[in-house]
Amino acid sequence: MKINIQRESVVEYEIEANNKTLLEILGEIKTTLDSSLTYSSGCRSSVCGSCAVRVNGKEVLACSYHVQDGDFVEPMRNSEVIRDLVVNMDRAYEFNQKVKAWQSSASEHILLSHEDEKLNELQSDCILCGSCYSACPVYSVNEEFLGPFSLTRVLRYVSDKRELNKNEKIDDIQTNGVWDCTLCNACTIVCPQGISSKADIEKLRTRSVIQGYTDPSFSSFGSGFSFDGSPSF
Amino acid sequence: MSNKVIIIGAGGAGLVSAIHAKSSGADVVVITKEYPTRSQTSMAQGGINAVLGGENGDSIELHIENTLSSAKNLANPKSVEFLCKNAPDALLWLDSIGVPFSRTKDSKIAQRKLGGAYAARACYAQDYTGLKILHTLYDRCLALGIEFLNERYLLEIITNKQDSNKSFVCGVSVLDKRSGEVEIHKSSSVIIATGGYSRIFHKNSTNSVSTTGDGIASVIRAGGVVSDMEFIQFHPTALKNSSILISESARGAGGYLLNSNGERFTNELAPRDEVARAIDDEIAKGGDVFLDIRHLGSEFIENELPQEVKLAKLYENIDPIHELIPIKPVAHYTMGGIVVDEKAMTNIDGLFAVGECANHRVHGANRLGGNSLLELVVFGKVAGENAAKYAKEFKGEANIDEQKSLFEAEIVEIMSYKNEINFYTKQAELGELFYRFVGIKRDKEGLQNVLDVLRDMKKDLKNMGVGDKAKVYNTNLIEFLEFKNMLELSELVLISALAREESRGAHFRVDYPTANNEMFCANTFITRDGLVSYEN
Repeated sequence: MKINIQRESVVEYEIEANNKTLLEILGEIKTTLDSSLTYSSGCRSSVCGSCAVRVNGKEVLACSYHVQDGDFVEPMRNSEVIRDLVVNMDRAYEFNQKVKAWQSSASEHILLSHEDEKLNELQSDCILCGSCYSACPVYSVNEEFLGPFSLTRVLRYVSDKRELNKNEKIDDIQTNGVWDCTLCNACTIVCPQGISSKADIEKLRTRSVIQGYTDPSFSSFGSGFSFDGSPSF
Repeated sequence: MSNKVIIIGAGGAGLVSAIHAKSSGADVVVITKEYPTRSQTSMAQGGINAVLGGENGDSIELHIENTLSSAKNLANPKSVEFLCKNAPDALLWLDSIGVPFSRTKDSKIAQRKLGGAYAARACYAQDYTGLKILHTLYDRCLALGIEFLNERYLLEIITNKQDSNKSFVCGVSVLDKRSGEVEIHKSSSVIIATGGYSRIFHKNSTNSVSTTGDGIASVIRAGGVVSDMEFIQFHPTALKNSSILISESARGAGGYLLNSNGERFTNELAPRDEVARAIDDEIAKGGDVFLDIRHLGSEFIENELPQEVKLAKLYENIDPIHELIPIKPVAHYTMGGIVVDEKAMTNIDGLFAVGECANHRVHGANRLGGNSLLELVVFGKVAGENAAKYAKEFKGEANIDEQKSLFEAEIVEIMSYKNEINFYTKQAELGELFYRFVGIKRDKEGLQNVLDVLRDMKKDLKNMGVGDKAKVYNTNLIEFLEFKNMLELSELVLISALAREESRGAHFRVDYPTANNEMFCANTFITRDGLVSYEN
């Protein structure tokens, strides 16, 4: 079968797939046909986040996608392409710094229950592969948008009992953050870990409202706000 | 010089030492060949050992005893005692920075039983323990403002000599993968945290493709000493076709190992070396071996082992809730590594090593499951604090910038190699030979034959080389440099394995099937030239 890979130009490779993963195929091309083909990989088991690419317009981990005849493989979007399928993830990673995606201070003697564990179990499954930034239509037009995985990470920490300064974390995601998301759900569809940053952002919006913030897109309509911070029209 | 600590490697060991070096007042720079969070640590599933409450009859003494028993007299009792006694504090520390551990119904950190352990001792976060620890450590590093230099490949450790003829570290040379430029980073204090070398087994390893032993090879070239290189742990349960790890926690929870007749044939919770050999015997008879967790029930499996379900489905097309999982043992963890003292310092002043690349002498001949994550937290603290202290006290200045041209010249030379032989083919060939002859069972003839093949490959290196001549992001070049490192380490593994004419832990010699305590109850030290000696 044939697959097409977006390099400087599109290159077609004739391969024998036999139910192989895309990562295995990329490896075979590199080690036998063309040693200059460039891609990233690591664990081969969907947990290190190195090998995200786009296949037929959708973000996938190369190690967990089984190749089909005619597949079109290209690098992720919204990040600088360094070479072939490798993009520069530095910028996306920097948003974790920007949103202060960490626990503010060391906790002492705070007991968590089994139910507490489940509150952020899914969010802490994130592998930072960057698929969500590639798929995000908001990030594609606003490069200051804090973006899906960083906001999911904020929810991870603010939903943890050990975080004692939740308000500050919510303060930090108001600009280019929770209200800029269009809730289109593209991030959810591509997440290899089944995380929905869209749903996480909705939860962060609720927390923002509880903390007195309002959706800025409404504020231009209104003449004022009620005392509890909800918009009044 | 400045108060700076450079850390090579951004896995668990690198990040823990970064946090403690920074907290001790050093300026910390972490250099990684990938991105932080992409390391081998993310793949650890089962758990991290610590005796927390002792309600289940467990005790620190039993943790020490189990570790020493599995190590078959090659661990240092003092180091093991230090590891196990510090385990509860290590766990409390991880908990304090926000690691989302699984919890019991009475709000305690959940623990499970792994092989060779007296009781449920391994703390876990579902079966994503390594991933969640690693990411939380990374977040902590960001909180502390630790600087990361991503996608830089370690070339050499740069040293100088004092009047006393003792070497001290001055910095490192790295290749910036993105620009293709050589960079020199100066520091009087360097921590190597680059992981093990299980990828010498190529596809027959659970490990990341990046686990190529770069740091160990660089330390050897810089004059460092390594030990116990022949002790390589085979994980009993990797998926048969892909070598992807299925955690020991599946057996800890009551999973069975079955042969082709559907019969159990071994104690599933014996130490890994014993279980791996029992499986190898079954496979040698021409049979298949399966992991059976069906009887654990779908609710338990989905709750406690979600990653195992996903991996079995994705890579073996098996639903473990209803079907048997075909498995085989593959290379998983390298016990040997860089010789370090109790401060995690090598024989080169200012050069520290920590984690799988180092030999802290806590695993001996066979590591206990759940002790490697523990090792990197406990000894990461030791390495980070001591490296910071060393940097603060170091007086002196070495100008190493002019050495840049030497490293550039080496890259130019490698780029000019003929590339008549495809090194990827040789790498795969060596991996297969290692799996067959340097794996679970070894003998003199097999080891010697592989050593001969390997030495021919080394001679042929100049006929190999890289086909890709680009400067920017040349992974062909990086993989060739990794291959060169693996060849160097493979030779030391083979020489050490040949010299140790006995069986002990993970090193099983068919021609010497018992332990010889008179001659070999000691650690194997080996120099770059292949000179072997034994010391306690």
